[in-house]
Amino acid sequence: MIKFEQVSKTYPGGFQALNQVSFHLEPGEMAFLTGHSGAGKSTLLKLISMMERPSSGRVLINGHDLKRISNRQIPYVRRDIGMIFQDHRLLMDKTVLDNVALPLLIEGYSMQEARKRVSAALEKVGLGDKLRHYPMMLSGGEQQRVGIARAIVNKPPLLLADEPTGNLDPKLSMEIIRLFEEFNRVGVSVLIATHDLGLIARLRYRTLTLKEGRMINDGLQEG
Amino acid sequence: MSLLFRSRQQGAQQVKISGFRRFVMFWVHNLQQAVASLGELARYPFASLMTMAVLGLSLTLPATLYVVVKNTEAVGASWQHASEMTLFLRKELSQQEISTLHKRLSLSNDIESVRWIDKDEALAEFRVHSGFGDALKGLAQNPLPDVLVVLPAAHKRSAGQAQQLAQQLRQEREVEQVRLDLDWLQRLEALINLVRDGLLALALLLCLSVVLIVGNTIRLNILSKREEIMVMKLVGATDGFIQRPFLYTGVWYGVVGGLIAWIATWIMMAWIAGAVAQISELYESQFSLVGLTGQEMMILWLLAIGLGLLGSYLAVRKHVKEVEPQ
Repeated sequence: MIKFEQVSKTYPGGFQALNQVSFHLEPGEMAFLTGHSGAGKSTLLKLISMMERPSSGRVLINGHDLKRISNRQIPYVRRDIGMIFQDHRLLMDKTVLDNVALPLLIEGYSMQEARKRVSAALEKVGLGDKLRHYPMMLSGGEQQRVGIARAIVNKPPLLLADEPTGNLDPKLSMEIIRLFEEFNRVGVSVLIATHDLGLIARLRYRTLTLKEGRMINDGLQEG
Repeated sequence: MSLLFRSRQQGAQQVKISGFRRFVMFWVHNLQQAVASLGELARYPFASLMTMAVLGLSLTLPATLYVVVKNTEAVGASWQHASEMTLFLRKELSQQEISTLHKRLSLSNDIESVRWIDKDEALAEFRVHSGFGDALKGLAQNPLPDVLVVLPAAHKRSAGQAQQLAQQLRQEREVEQVRLDLDWLQRLEALINLVRDGLLALALLLCLSVVLIVGNTIRLNILSKREEIMVMKLVGATDGFIQRPFLYTGVWYGVVGGLIAWIATWIMMAWIAGAVAQISELYESQFSLVGLTGQEMMILWLLAIGLGLLGSYLAVRKHVKEVEPQ
């Protein structure tokens, strides 16, 4: 599903965020990406979502080289990737319904058509009754789940999560991870970046480890 | 369309929407976005109205000047006698010869009409009006020549053309002297040209400033929505989709700005009308100020909308691209 081949990323100014990173995430696989702050986790996710382009090497999604994707085509790539952020990036002046419906409206759904799917997505994350609420009226965990509903509402084959449990207590964190497991069960590939090692330890998923821009463990070799 | 996952259907394809329906929906979406932009403007009515007023009032000045120039030109054209020329004929000519010349000139394409003022009639009239009646009785013979008053045809009435015609008539054997009082007509024409050129330059400058003002307002608008734009880009919105509401905002500025320009121009004309009435009274003329016609009002409106759209287009083209998610 996601394949990195000798990928390096050097930011303008000379900081090397990633150094010769290679790994392959199979379709339908769920994996954790871990490492200290500044190890390159965010950069790696940005390369997949095309917020950055690699300095060298190749990034492939479903066999397609992202180098071949022009800047104009980037929006269409992002529609295939559900993204979840630590700060959930909800629009605070819009209702939960409007927030979750956004990806659908962008794709050309009418609000009536979108509403059904939004309800279904919110039902899945356990917020079926909060359609008309504003994000400010929700707790941190609920806000994060609205973010997840927005990421999955158009049923993308790939989910990326950047520190999705960063601000949550262990119990809520586990609930969020259980949600990801549910999506994974229906065939969605999931990559979760986190430095919550306790959380990873409790679950037996493949764990990719970055250190100072190098992939020191891709979770496949015993170590 | 999905670039990476060929078998994956998305959006409109997934809910099976026909081509016709999609075409209709495109316009429905545009309408929705247009209305949404209007709603957005209504949330900050004071700030929105300020921008619209700037746009409208900027266009009012050239519009009012245009009306003034238009009316002045109408006045110039209505004084067709300005290019009228007076032909003083040689004294030794017989009535027969004068009559022949009169007929000949009347038939010319360049001349609309010729009026013959008989020297005896002229003297009689002069005697009555001048007050020199008694003194004139002492004259042995009539000192006045026969006169033909020539009104050039419409295409010969401008200052230059009239001058040419006068030159031509001066060549006639029977003509002693041609008098053409063109100075003030030339001055009026030059003045109108000056005002028109000035008006054009002023209008261009004001249009440019309107574009810049709208552009800057939209730029601030975009910057205040940075977060929202970023999120939209993250969930796969194209630049076009993000730009559209801002473009509609620009159009709305133009729509309302144009209305303001109409009203302001109308008020200006009403203001001037009093002074114009006074002048025309002094000149004993039946002149009334003509305002903007329906067609000109539409042009003014479309111009306002066009400038609003252009300003917002320049802003979104540059600034929506600059907002990149991090």
